[in-house]
Amino acid sequence: MIEMTGTTASAIAAEFVRARRRAGSPAMGMVMTLVFVVDEEDAEAAMQAARTASREHPARVLGIILGDARGAARVDAQVGIGSGWTGETAMIRLRGEVTRHPESVVVPLLLPDSPVVVWWPTRAPDQPAEHPLGRLARRRITDTAATPRNKAKAMLTQCHHYAPGNSDLAWTRITHWRALLAAALDQHPAKVTAATVSAERISPSADLLSAWLADRLHVKVERTTSEGPGITEVSLETKGGPISLVRQDGKLATLSVPGEPDRPVALKRRDIDELLAEELRHLDPDDVYASTVKKMARTDSPSRRARSTRRAKTAS
Amino acid sequence: MRNPLRDPQDRRLPKIAGPCSLVIFGVTGDLARKKLMPAVYDLANRGLLPPGFSLVGFARRDWADQDFAQIVHDAVREHSRTEFREEVWRQLAEGFRFVPGDFNDDEAFDALRRTVEELDKARGTGGNHAFYLSIPPRFFADVIGQLKEHGLATSEGDSWRRVVVEKPFGSDLETARELNAVISEVFPPESVFRIDHYLGKETVQNILAMRFSNTLFEPIWNANYVDHVQITMAEDIGIGGRAGYYDGIGAARDVIQNHLLQLMALTAMEEPTSFDAKNLRVEKQKVLESVVLPRRLDLTTARAQYTEGWAGGVKVPGYTQEQDIPKSSRTETYAAITLNIESRRWAGVPFYIRAGKRLGRRVTEVAVVFKRAPHLPFHDTSTEELTQNALVIRVQPDEGVTMRFGSKVPGTAMEIRDVTMDFAYGGSFTETSPEAYERLILDVLLGEPPLFPRHEEVELSWKILDPIVQYWAAHGKPDTYEAGTWGPPTADRMLARDGRAWRRP
Repeated sequence: MIEMTGTTASAIAAEFVRARRRAGSPAMGMVMTLVFVVDEEDAEAAMQAARTASREHPARVLGIILGDARGAARVDAQVGIGSGWTGETAMIRLRGEVTRHPESVVVPLLLPDSPVVVWWPTRAPDQPAEHPLGRLARRRITDTAATPRNKAKAMLTQCHHYAPGNSDLAWTRITHWRALLAAALDQHPAKVTAATVSAERISPSADLLSAWLADRLHVKVERTTSEGPGITEVSLETKGGPISLVRQDGKLATLSVPGEPDRPVALKRRDIDELLAEELRHLDPDDVYASTVKKMARTDSPSRRARSTRRAKTAS
Repeated sequence: MRNPLRDPQDRRLPKIAGPCSLVIFGVTGDLARKKLMPAVYDLANRGLLPPGFSLVGFARRDWADQDFAQIVHDAVREHSRTEFREEVWRQLAEGFRFVPGDFNDDEAFDALRRTVEELDKARGTGGNHAFYLSIPPRFFADVIGQLKEHGLATSEGDSWRRVVVEKPFGSDLETARELNAVISEVFPPESVFRIDHYLGKETVQNILAMRFSNTLFEPIWNANYVDHVQITMAEDIGIGGRAGYYDGIGAARDVIQNHLLQLMALTAMEEPTSFDAKNLRVEKQKVLESVVLPRRLDLTTARAQYTEGWAGGVKVPGYTQEQDIPKSSRTETYAAITLNIESRRWAGVPFYIRAGKRLGRRVTEVAVVFKRAPHLPFHDTSTEELTQNALVIRVQPDEGVTMRFGSKVPGTAMEIRDVTMDFAYGGSFTETSPEAYERLILDVLLGEPPLFPRHEEVELSWKILDPIVQYWAAHGKPDTYEAGTWGPPTADRMLARDGRAWRRP
């Protein structure tokens, strides 16, 4: 790791070249640039996750830490190339006016002619695709479940401002649930008439899972609250009885299908690096996510809200 | 009815096999412990096995289900690729069954049938069962006959029964046909999965990706530009504990017939119309059918046995000094052959294939060596160190692709030398990329056959190899080479006759 204080993007780029020379010019075979934007306190954890993910997807990883926006502009950096992982990393700290122009530091450091991914591990801009860094990227990854405050609202904001290439780790977290439910319906092709999703009170993942089920199955999906951790149960009503997937401990789930014995199935809550690695596997727009967030946004639209309130009033 | 939760656009959702079980015969063997059981665990850990998946062991051991579970547990702990997680183990643990017995023991197979039926009830495996024959081929007939006799080979309705066999697929054309007759009498061709674990390797599949997804390589992938192709499989180990199997088989039948001819077929084949099993097979088959042996086998092949020597800093015995190998053995531990492919693309391009034990180091690679540039506008002395351009696909270890081309040496003189550009597939991807057996077992359970050779390919491969092996059998003893070297001088002379030399891989 080389410490560089009061530096510039071109000096950082030169350091990448020197670091590689020092290592004997090993073959790098990097396939993308991964940029993440984070606060100082979460920077180390994010870098660790990015490094682990870059074992599967060798990348130049640029961690951008936005510091205090007051005072003179200043760029500090720690630059290194992999020992124990593939790729190059730079942790870049911005202070002063340059915090409003982070793209000016990032642009010279992008690998030529290869995809750029921007990841906001905690707080994300409301419109990632309009953000100066987001505009550089083919893939923009947010994590509404890691938003410090008001996760549910953050998730809805992302839904309303979806642009092709956006993705949310709250969505990535439910891949295994979705896979098991889809496989269950492969085996038992029955018409689903209603569905329930139970999870802890605040869970963007559970909301997305409900929206996905509602969107695909065209049924009403009830969202109930449980003690958690995370999502605890999904149940699909069919004529023959419910197909249910219940997970109480966040690790081992039980799949129940009408007319068959209950079966245990491992369904662990995955770590960030695993989620990130899954995200990086496909860099084209995720159409299923797009359709799910559209459903989410429709359900949440003001007119719909008004209508349901009216209906509630009439009922009472 | 279409599953509304499935969408072809949804590429995050993995294919999970339907409920099923895997029955392993020869569960006490090395392959089962080191590869199959860990692969099953790794698949479960990646969320690719169906809930209720069950593993049945069959062997001549006095074990109960728990003893078997303990064996699997130890094997997984020691050999699995992914970390051990209690909840994954619990998903699998209820599905372990063990059936003790001999292959000719009717009662044992009755017990196996009851076990399988019990699994259908208790675990919901739905009548779907794959039988993995991890046993010597001489027992195939017994086991397959028993499966048929006890009604284990036939399925009802939508459910399936599949059989998985490992190499060797016979030891020549005749025995391969006999073996196939035994299997195909009971199982239809689409239910027979022959494992050539090389085809499950990521880098081998990458040969197809590299050739057919790029414009860069295909235009020069022919006799106009390619001088020759070298396919090498070198092992640094001796025969170890495989004496009983290896002696009388030898390097050519052990690995050239299957792994290396498959590699050759993938390297040489035309573009398939799609990557499904049928179209891939058609193209591979065309290559194997157009292989022609040179007329003079004495000049175009070489074979040898390793002798005592130093390999990697260790003194090792020669082949005939190995345990259980007769002093008079004529089995070759090194084989090199020359093949010609008679097609417009490859006419005049020899494929040199070599395999051996106790060679310099462990490596498997395909090297496509290109012709020299037709004219070099440099002084003769400036290109003295320039050889031929080469594209090398390293299959194992250290998977990757290297390209060799000429580049100017820094300085005032115009001097050109070879440089190598290296793409290390292994440096990064393999750490997380699945083992060949994971991929192949999953494909068996999903019923996806593209990566498994069919018996037509097996027979064609034997047709290529049989004349060479017969020629060797009729013409004296193999040469010798010192352990730890790159093979016998006769192999070097074989290429020198064509004005070429082996690469040092």
